[in-house]
Amino acid sequence: MDQSKDLATHGQPAAGGVSRRRFLASSAAASAGVAVGAPAAEAAGVAESGANPAGAGPAGANPVEVRLLVNGRPRQLTLDPRVTLLDALRDRLGLTGTKKGCDLGQCGSCTVHVDGRRVLSCLTLAASVDGRRVTTIEGLAHGDRLHPVQQAFIDHDAFQCGFCTPGQSMSAVALLAERRPLGSDDEIRDWMSGNLCRCGAYGNILDAIKTVAGQ
Amino acid sequence: MRPYDFAVARDVPDAVHRTASAGTAYLAGGTTLVDLMKLGVMTPAHVVDINRLPLRGVYADAFGLHIGALERMSDVAAHPLVQYYPVVAQALMGASPQLRNMATIGGNLLQRTRCGYFRDTNTPCNKRQPGTGCPARTGENRGHAILGTSESCVATHASDLAVALVALDARLALYGGHGPRAVPLAGFYRLPGSTPHIENHLLPGELISGVLVPPLPWARRSTYLMLRDRRSYGFALASAAVAVDLVGGIIRDVRVAAGGVATVPWRLPAVEYALRGRPLRQDVVESAARRAVDGARPLSQNRFKIALVQRAIVRALMSLGGTDG
Repeated sequence: MDQSKDLATHGQPAAGGVSRRRFLASSAAASAGVAVGAPAAEAAGVAESGANPAGAGPAGANPVEVRLLVNGRPRQLTLDPRVTLLDALRDRLGLTGTKKGCDLGQCGSCTVHVDGRRVLSCLTLAASVDGRRVTTIEGLAHGDRLHPVQQAFIDHDAFQCGFCTPGQSMSAVALLAERRPLGSDDEIRDWMSGNLCRCGAYGNILDAIKTVAGQ
Repeated sequence: MRPYDFAVARDVPDAVHRTASAGTAYLAGGTTLVDLMKLGVMTPAHVVDINRLPLRGVYADAFGLHIGALERMSDVAAHPLVQYYPVVAQALMGASPQLRNMATIGGNLLQRTRCGYFRDTNTPCNKRQPGTGCPARTGENRGHAILGTSESCVATHASDLAVALVALDARLALYGGHGPRAVPLAGFYRLPGSTPHIENHLLPGELISGVLVPPLPWARRSTYLMLRDRRSYGFALASAAVAVDLVGGIIRDVRVAAGGVATVPWRLPAVEYALRGRPLRQDVVESAARRAVDGARPLSQNRFKIALVQRAIVRALMSLGGTDG
């Protein structure tokens, strides 16, 4: 399989194709005989019924209007004020590249950029970033051309299971903008300490970041 | 998460007005509130987003260094004026970079304890639910306090920034229903006593609008040392905030406070007293640091903190120009 293309289109529909997630979702819907699909609900401007009341489900009694510029595209959502940015991205906008790990701000899997700064989307209420610019892993590549950090992660085998990779990548991209020079290996590790990797790919992640920095 | 309604405050009086009804929580960076709402530990009926309030900016004048309450930890740590107080800049580096980009100065000072029983709604906790008891006294208490504890609560205060600011005699600017007022940070926090659920002297609806660090030219010789289970991104088992006015190797004046070991940020006047007028030398500092644990009451799993906090203080002070001989 072409690994680079897989990473580039991670979790979002490839141009003219069908993503793995959407394929699975529509298969499940067909077999269960119910209508499912966040994109459809989003297009209709209504909240879909969800199983998780604290997730991106019903807008509830006091919904809030939230406008976001996500990966350059204006989005408008009607949300329960409890919905986190993470759940809004994943469940309402179908941008499932951003991962839900601990959901308590400890693992960094959900790292995205808000107005260019890396933050934890699981501890960010979507309503609190109304009008802001959000960049997710889906917004890093330019078409088929990977962001240098994404390419370096592939070149250096900087992941095994890949679950933390979107968060690691978003953190690394931010770090490269925050600090030049990056400093020692220990300093880079310190500045990447908000992203846990349970496969233990830390050494290769460090190499990937140093390569992009030209160190 | 319990349902709540959400409002964005337009200005400071609007924010204060909106908290007239009980069960209202201010939302700033969200790193404490959203976390604890997910866990069911905090269950506000109303959330007021204060991020658009003009409580920003870092500047210095004759009164000292002013830091707006809504400034983010990462911005303050990197601010040129804050470099005159290394102990403050360093105390802001304990969390992950993502959390530092989110968390505000005011929110940092009001963050809740990391006690596992406080965070677990399936267990009793006098701080979360007054009168239910404190399992930490006899349970998992390795990370808990040895100073300032009571029968009701042994939870550690989690803010590193507060420890550094207490060492520097910082003051808080508050705003409430009766307008603005200022209080010393040291007197702001309440010992748990029999009411551990009341953690500070904020009045209902009152919010922190800023921090003032008085001028202290010799604070350039200051540092914050955290001792943790891991080197990055963790809460301190013991920490030391120190500043020294060193003239010809003699300590003319000194500030010492400890974190990770007490129920509130813990200033150490007895240690400071034992150091003034003495040379900054290993034996002098070790002797003075013994006073740090006056009145300490260790629990079953945290006796090690008695030695650890003294070593944190000694190492921090010695790093500021101490001599062996």
